[in-house]
Amino acid sequence: MTSIDTPPARQAGASRSPEAARSVQSRGAVPWPLGIPALVAALFLLVPLAGLLIRAPWRGLPGILADSQVLDALRLSLVCASVATAVSFVLGVPLAWVLARSQARGISVLRALVTLPLVLPPVVGGVALLLAFGRQGILGRLLDEWTGITLPFTTAGVIVAETFVAMPFLIITVEGAFRASDRGFEEAAATLGASRLTVFRTVTLPLIGPSLLAGAVLCWARALGEFGATITFAGNFPGRTQTMPLAVYLALESDPDAAIALSLVLLVVSIAVLVGLRGRWLSTGPAA
Amino acid sequence: MRRSALTLTAVASAGLLLAGCGSSTTSASSSEPSASGSSSSALSGTVNVFAAASLKDAFTKLGRQFEAAHPGTKVVFNFGPSSGLATQINAGAPADVFASASTKNMDQVVTTGSAASPTSFASNVMEIAVPPKNPANVTQLSDLARSTVKVALCQKAVPCGATAEKVFTNAKLTVTPVTQEVDVKSVLAKVSLGEVDAGVVYVTDVLAAGDKVKGIEIPTDVNASTKYPIATLTKAPNKAPAQAFTDYVLSADGASVLTAAGFAKP
Repeated sequence: MTSIDTPPARQAGASRSPEAARSVQSRGAVPWPLGIPALVAALFLLVPLAGLLIRAPWRGLPGILADSQVLDALRLSLVCASVATAVSFVLGVPLAWVLARSQARGISVLRALVTLPLVLPPVVGGVALLLAFGRQGILGRLLDEWTGITLPFTTAGVIVAETFVAMPFLIITVEGAFRASDRGFEEAAATLGASRLTVFRTVTLPLIGPSLLAGAVLCWARALGEFGATITFAGNFPGRTQTMPLAVYLALESDPDAAIALSLVLLVVSIAVLVGLRGRWLSTGPAA
Repeated sequence: MRRSALTLTAVASAGLLLAGCGSSTTSASSSEPSASGSSSSALSGTVNVFAAASLKDAFTKLGRQFEAAHPGTKVVFNFGPSSGLATQINAGAPADVFASASTKNMDQVVTTGSAASPTSFASNVMEIAVPPKNPANVTQLSDLARSTVKVALCQKAVPCGATAEKVFTNAKLTVTPVTQEVDVKSVLAKVSLGEVDAGVVYVTDVLAAGDKVKGIEIPTDVNASTKYPIATLTKAPNKAPAQAFTDYVLSADGASVLTAAGFAKP
C-alpha cells in the first residue's frame, strides 16, 4: 500500500522546500476515506487476475497450448495487431498532425468524428464496417465488382476491424503531443530553409517520440484485445480470422479449461508488453 | 379477450396436469406442489428464461402470452448459443428455466445438478438459407461444397453447427465454411446481409426471417434433426412462476405456437 503514496511524496520532496516536503511526508499516511476505496479498487482490479491464476489448469496447460489451433490463434493475433498498428501509424500520425495544426473550419467536428470509435461499442463498429466494406456495403460492393476482393471473413478483414477500433487511440495520443510540442524548433528549422516535410520528419516527429511509442502501444494493445468488431465483420474461422479473444470466448462454451489457458497466454503477452515498455512509457510521458 | 382468457385458463390447467406427471420426481416441484397450482393469479415475479437462439421468435411470443395469462409476472429472455447458455448456468447465472437446442447441452446442466428431469418439447431440422437474390445460384446441398460458394455455419460446439455437420456426413459432402458463427441467428444475419452465399440454419429460422432469406430444402433422407429439452432449474430464484412457464411451453397452447413457428413435435 505504501506504493500508492510514495510517488507524489517523492515528487513533492524534489520540487518543494524541505519544510514543505516534511509536512507532506508527515501527512503521508493515507486518510481512510481515500485509503479504503483505493484498496477496494486495487483488489477489484487484481482479484480477477488472481482467479485466472488460481483456477488455471496448470497440469493440462502444455497439452492445451501445444494445440495447433491455439498457436494459430496466437500467431494470427500478434500478426494482425502488429499490421493494424503499422497501418494506424502510417495513416493516423498524419491525421493527428492535421487535427492538431489545421486551422480549417469544422476541424473540431472532424476530431470528434474520427475519435468516435473510442466510445462506440465495437460490435456497432463491426456492423458499420459490414455496411461500408462488406460484400453488399457501399464501398465493398465496388471493390467486389472491380477486383473480386471481399474483405469479410478474411485475415485482411480482421486487420480492417482492428484498425478501425484501435487507430483512434493512436490518433488521440499523438494529436495531444503535436499540440503540446514546442513550435519554436519547427519555426527555427523553417527559417533555416528546411521544407515543411523535412521539418515534420526531422524536427516534429522526433520531438514527440515518446508519445508516438505510447500511442502505438495503446493501439497495439487495443487491437490485440479486439473482439466485437472482429467477430461481426471478419467472422470466426480457425487460422484465418479466429484471433485469441475469439478463441477464448468460443472455448468457454465447450472447454472452459482451454479458455482459461488461452486467457493466461493473453495475460502473459500483456504483462510482457508492460514490462518491456516500463520506464520508456509508463514513467516518462511528455506533457501529452 | 374473454375467449383467450378462457383458453389460457384451460392451458394453465393442462400445464398443471403435465407438471403433475412430468416432474413429480424433482424435489423442486414436490416441495411446493400447490404454489404453481393454487391459481394463476397467485404467480408473480420475474422468470429468467435462458433459451437457444433458434427459439427467439416462438419463445418471445410464448412469453407475451404467459405474461398476459398471469398478470404480475414478467418473462425475461436470454437468447444465445445453447452451449454458451449451459456454461453460464453452470457458472451460476441467475436463470429459472433453460431451453436448449440439443440434449447434449441440457445434459451438461443436468450433470452438475443445475437441472433435473428435462422434457423435450420440440424438434427442428436444417435448411439452407440463401440471400433473396441467390448470388451463387445455390439450388441443392451439394452446391455448398463448391469452393466458390461462401458458406456460413454455426461453430461445432453449438447445436446448429453439430446438426449441420451431421447433414454433411449423411450426404458425404465436405463443406469448408468461411466462418463458424456463435449461434444460428448470427449465421442468418450474415446470409440476410448478403455477406455469404449460403448458410445452414433451422427450418424455423428461414420461416422467421420472412423474405429476408430464401430457403432451400434439404432432402429428408440426408437431413438431421435436433431435440429441444426444457427444464426448470433446481436453483431457480423464482420457482413457482418458472415451473408455470415451463408447463406453459409444454402445454397444448405452447405446442401450437411452436408448430406455427415451424417446429416439429419432439
